[in-house]
Amino acid sequence: MKSRHLLMAASLLVVLAMLVGCATPAATPAAPAASSGEQPAASSGEQPAAQTAARPFIPVISKGFQHQFWQAVKQGAEDAAKQYDVDITFEGPATEAEVDKQIEMLQAALAKNPQAICFAALDSQAAIPLLKEAQSKGIPVVGFDSGVDSDIPVATASTDNSAAAALAADKMAELIGGSGKVAVMVHDQTSRTGIDRRDGFVNRIKEAYPDIEIVNIDYGGGDHLKSTELAKAVIQANPDLKGYFGANEGSAIGVVNAVSELGMAGKLVVIGFDAGKLQKDAVRSGLMAGAITQNPVGIGFKCVEAAVKAIKGEAVEPVIDTGFYWYDASNMDESQFGPLLYD
Amino acid sequence: MTTTENTTTTTPAKRSIFRSEAAQKLLAFGALIVIFVFFSLASPFFLTKDNVIGILLATAVNGVLALGVTFVIITAGIDLSVGTVMTLAAMTTAVSIAVWHLPIPLGILVGLLTGMLAGAINGVVIARMKIPPFVATLGMMMIARGLALVIPAAIFGSVRPVYFSDSPLFGQIMMGSVIGALIPNLPVPNAVLILFGAALVAAFLLAKTVFGRYTVAIGSNEEATRLSGINVANWKTMVYAVGGLFSGLAGVMIASRLNSAQPGLGAGYELDAIAAVVIGGTSLSGGEGTILGTLIGAFIISTLTNGLRILGVPQEWQFVITGVIVILAVYLDILRRRAR
Repeated sequence: MKSRHLLMAASLLVVLAMLVGCATPAATPAAPAASSGEQPAASSGEQPAAQTAARPFIPVISKGFQHQFWQAVKQGAEDAAKQYDVDITFEGPATEAEVDKQIEMLQAALAKNPQAICFAALDSQAAIPLLKEAQSKGIPVVGFDSGVDSDIPVATASTDNSAAAALAADKMAELIGGSGKVAVMVHDQTSRTGIDRRDGFVNRIKEAYPDIEIVNIDYGGGDHLKSTELAKAVIQANPDLKGYFGANEGSAIGVVNAVSELGMAGKLVVIGFDAGKLQKDAVRSGLMAGAITQNPVGIGFKCVEAAVKAIKGEAVEPVIDTGFYWYDASNMDESQFGPLLYD
Repeated sequence: MTTTENTTTTTPAKRSIFRSEAAQKLLAFGALIVIFVFFSLASPFFLTKDNVIGILLATAVNGVLALGVTFVIITAGIDLSVGTVMTLAAMTTAVSIAVWHLPIPLGILVGLLTGMLAGAINGVVIARMKIPPFVATLGMMMIARGLALVIPAAIFGSVRPVYFSDSPLFGQIMMGSVIGALIPNLPVPNAVLILFGAALVAAFLLAKTVFGRYTVAIGSNEEATRLSGINVANWKTMVYAVGGLFSGLAGVMIASRLNSAQPGLGAGYELDAIAAVVIGGTSLSGGEGTILGTLIGAFIISTLTNGLRILGVPQEWQFVITGVIVILAVYLDILRRRAR
C-alpha cells in the first residue's frame, strides 16, 4: 500500500513535469520573446524567460486573454519584445470581473523582479498598493487600454473610447438619415470602456442629433448569446427601431445575430465596435453597416515600447493615443487596416 | 468505513480513524511538499519571501470559502452560492461603511450576518422545502449575484464598485500586518492570520462540538440520524448557515483586500472552493472530511496557480495542468480508500 502511494506521488510529479515540459515549448512559436530570438530555448524550454539576466523582463498584465482583441494586443506586445530584444509574459484573468485574480497576477509578476510592468487595470484603486510597491522598487509601470487611474504610470497607451463612440454616433446619424429610434448594447456598466463608449455615443446623439431617440441601453456582459437575446427583445418591442450600436465585439455580434434571427437584415442599421472574424463577415455580408476598430496591435506594441524606453531612462509621452478607425464593406480590404482587423 | 460508525467508541475503531486520518493528511501534505519542491527547483523566483507571502495571501479568500463548504459537503450536500454570497456580503459591508458611515466593526458584522442569512435561507429551502441542495443553492447563487448588482444600482443609479475611500483603516484588516509590526522582516498580511483563525474555529466546530458530530452523522446516514431522534432539518439549516457565515467572512476579506466591493465578482469562485475541499480528501458523498485537508487543498490550488505563473507557463496550459492535478489528487484519495 505504501509503495503504491509512493508510485502515485511519483507519477503525479512526472505528469506535472511532462505537462510543464510540453506546455512551455508550445508557447515558443506563439511567444518568440520567451526563447532568445532565433536560438532554441535554453535547457529544453524549462528555463523561465526571466532567468536570462541580461535581457530586460517586462510582464504584461492585461484585462483578459481569451478574447481576440487581447490576442491582438499580445501579438503587438510580442512584436515589440522581438524588436527591442526583451522578454515578456502576457496574461490576464478569464473575465473582466475578476479583479482579485488580476491582483494575484500582478503580485506574482512583481515577485519576478521585472525591469518594468505593463498593466491594464480592471480596477485601479484595487491595484494601487501593489503599484506603489513597484514604484518604491523603482520599477516603471506603463498603463495600456483602460490604463491605471493614478499618477504612478509613466505612460499610458490607449484608445480614446469616448471619441471613438462619438464617431459611431455620427455614422449612425448619417446612415439612418438623422432621425428615428436607436438602441445601444453595451458589454457592462462598470468598466472604463463600457462607460466611455456608452456615454460617448449617447452624449454625441443628445448634443448633435435631437431628432434621434435612444430607446434602450442594455448590458449583455459581452456574451454573444446573452446579447442576442437582449437585442431580440428590444427589436421586437420597438418595431420602428432604425439603428443598433453594439459597443464591443460580443455586444455587436449579439445584435447581428438578433437581426438575422428575426429576419430583419437590411431593415436595421447595425454599427459595431472592434473587429473579429464574425464581425468582419457581418460587415462584408451587409448585416452590419460598419464598425469602429481600435488598434490593439498598436496598443500592445506601444506599451512595451514605452516600457523599454522607461527602462533606458528615455523620455516617454505620458499619453500615447493609439487611434481608432471607421471601417465598412467599401474600405475594409485596404491595406492600412491589415493587422487592425484581426480575426 | 466512515467516521460516524467509528465515533460509537470502541478502542480499535478509534485507532483506525486515527490511522486513516493521519494517512490522509500526510498524503495531501506530501502532495503540497512535492509541488513546492518542484517549483522551487524550477524557478529561482518561487521560493522567495515575497512570493511565499503572496501564495499565503492568495489562499486566504478561497480558503475561507472552502472552510464553509467543507461542512456542507460533509453532510453530502453542496453549496454553489458561496461565491456570489461572498460578493453580496462584500457589498453590504461596503454600503454600511462607505455609504451609511457605520463604524467598521458594525460594517463587518453586517457582512457576516448577510452571509449567514443567505446560508440559513439555503438551509430552510433544502431542509424544510425539500429542494435538492444543488438546485436550492443554484437559485441562491443567482439571487445573491442579482442583489449585489441591485444594491449599487439603487444607491448610485448605476452598477458600479463601492470604494472605501473615507475608511483607509478598513483595508488594513486584510493588508495590514500585525506580524510585520512585531517582526519587522516578516510582513505577513493579516489575511493569513484570519484564514488560520477561521480554520481553527472550523476545526474546533467539526471535531469538538455536537454540531460537528451531527454534521458528520447526517452525511453518513441521514435516515439513521433522523431515526435516532435528532432534528435533522434544524441541524442541516445550521450547517448551511455556518457555511454562509464563512462566505460572509470571505466577503469582508475580499472587500478589504480590494479596498472596494466589486459587484460583478464571484461567479465561478464556488468551483475553486469545492476543488479545495475535494483535493483535501472530503468525500462528495458525505460523512467524511477534515478542515486540515481543506486548508491543504486550498494551498495546493494557490501554490499551483502561482508556481505555473512564475514559471511563465502559458495561461491556456495552466488550466489544463490544474485540471489534471485535481483529478489526480482525488484519484489518489480513492486508491487510498480502496486499499483500506
